[in-house]
Amino acid sequence: MIELINLYKEFGKHPVLRGVNLTIRDGETMVIIGRSGCGKSVLLKHMIGLMKPDEGQVIVDGEEVSRASGETLRRLRLKFGMLFQGAALFDSLTVGENVAFSLREHTPMEEPEIQARIVECLGYVGLSGIEHLKPAELSGGMRKRVGLARALAIKPRVILYDEPTTGVDPIGADAINRLILRLHDRLKVTGVVVTHDMVSATKIADRIAMLHEGRILQVGTVEEIRSTSNPVVRQFILGVSENEEGK
Amino acid sequence: MRPADLISDKLLEPLGEGALAFFAYIGGSGMLLFKTFLGLFTLPWGRWLACMVMPWRWKELAADRRWNLIADQMSKVGVDSFPLVFLTALFTGMVLALQSAYQLQKMSAENYIGSLVALSMTRELGPVLTALVVTGRVGAAITAELGTMRVTEQIDALETLGVDSVNYLAVPRMAALLIMLPVLVIYADMVGILGGYIVGVYKLGITSSMYMNMTWDPLRIKDVLTGLFKAAVFATIITGIACHEGFETQGGAEGVGRSTTLSVVISFILIITADCFFTALFYFVFP
Repeated sequence: MIELINLYKEFGKHPVLRGVNLTIRDGETMVIIGRSGCGKSVLLKHMIGLMKPDEGQVIVDGEEVSRASGETLRRLRLKFGMLFQGAALFDSLTVGENVAFSLREHTPMEEPEIQARIVECLGYVGLSGIEHLKPAELSGGMRKRVGLARALAIKPRVILYDEPTTGVDPIGADAINRLILRLHDRLKVTGVVVTHDMVSATKIADRIAMLHEGRILQVGTVEEIRSTSNPVVRQFILGVSENEEGK
Repeated sequence: MRPADLISDKLLEPLGEGALAFFAYIGGSGMLLFKTFLGLFTLPWGRWLACMVMPWRWKELAADRRWNLIADQMSKVGVDSFPLVFLTALFTGMVLALQSAYQLQKMSAENYIGSLVALSMTRELGPVLTALVVTGRVGAAITAELGTMRVTEQIDALETLGVDSVNYLAVPRMAALLIMLPVLVIYADMVGILGGYIVGVYKLGITSSMYMNMTWDPLRIKDVLTGLFKAAVFATIITGIACHEGFETQGGAEGVGRSTTLSVVISFILIITADCFFTALFYFVFP
């Protein structure tokens, strides 16, 4: 379980998070929606300890990520896998080396086992046989899937997805959505997805949370969000800009 | 606006902000340097050295991931710098011989050219020129690489995979340059002396044995050692600044360009300043 308690974060004099409270249950897929630049990615980075809150707490399975450092933080991070917006593959390494990175760093696995795991993870995201390519030779959608394979390699219990479908064509996006669903159904991993793609959100979410002006405006199931009476949430899911709303 | 407000708004506030930024920079790079050296000392140097002298354990060394990171950097920052350092040192040695000949011939003291070249190269030009050349070649590359990794979130990705970015990125680079820069400096010393020899013997008509005598005669082991000490200090400056600028990069391609420029500029200034400081120290305190 991931608990965010009263998180505050400022960049310079610009407040991004202004008291975020959110609980993510084990095994569910929580989709966080909101306008671009409203702090969704910042929220995600707080969960894995890449950013420290100015105030408030992030608690994962009873341990506080927001105060952890050194070895404790590293151990906590191994519960997570993170898929970055631009995939963030290490471009000096091949696809196979990228996927095997955390295995080689953290496990005593022998080379044949590691190779088997690379094949398994790449197979899972539907990209078998590209171990020897460099990230620069892949398309954007393929890079994201390799990023997912890298996050999966160490068998994390929680996967954080930062805009998994942004910059991917609709068919590629659908493939990624299916992947997220499959991970959720078969491997029972907890998913936290940050996105502004409503098609993707309604498809994969168990619950949706709307982040607006640094706070969680509403949390609910897909149906609850669809039938909401909150004007800001309605405006976002229907995708109308201010001007049209005014007419 | 009252004069008091004017002073506080236009003078004190920017001054305070500047001072804060300055100390934040010192603090940030100091912390990074501290962490880097901490990481450096926790590496298994003893075991690696043992492996190196025992050929049957080379396989173990070759399979060591930490060692491979360092070896890879040593090749990139050190071995690949040899051609550039060769050219720089050779021509500097030749020019040094020619320029001193211009002066010394007036007093018929050409024989001292060898001593002058040898001492200038080992004590001063070898370490400083090598450091400056390496800053341009290696410091810039480190900042650009780490900066790009920062803006494409690769450093964040490292952290999420449970790997300490300072240990993984800064420590191998620091180790590599601390080992390779002194090696490059010795090489530059030798090539510079060779350059002086070529001009002195083949152009200025000094006999070969005379030139070599005048080269070795005044040279003390201390001259070379102070040069190597400077090289270690310069290596710390180059890697420390380059890594700090890389890690602190913000704002896409433009940000990478900006921090790369800054990295080279700051390193240049610090190298020249440190050189002056240590030369004075060795001259006045440990003569």
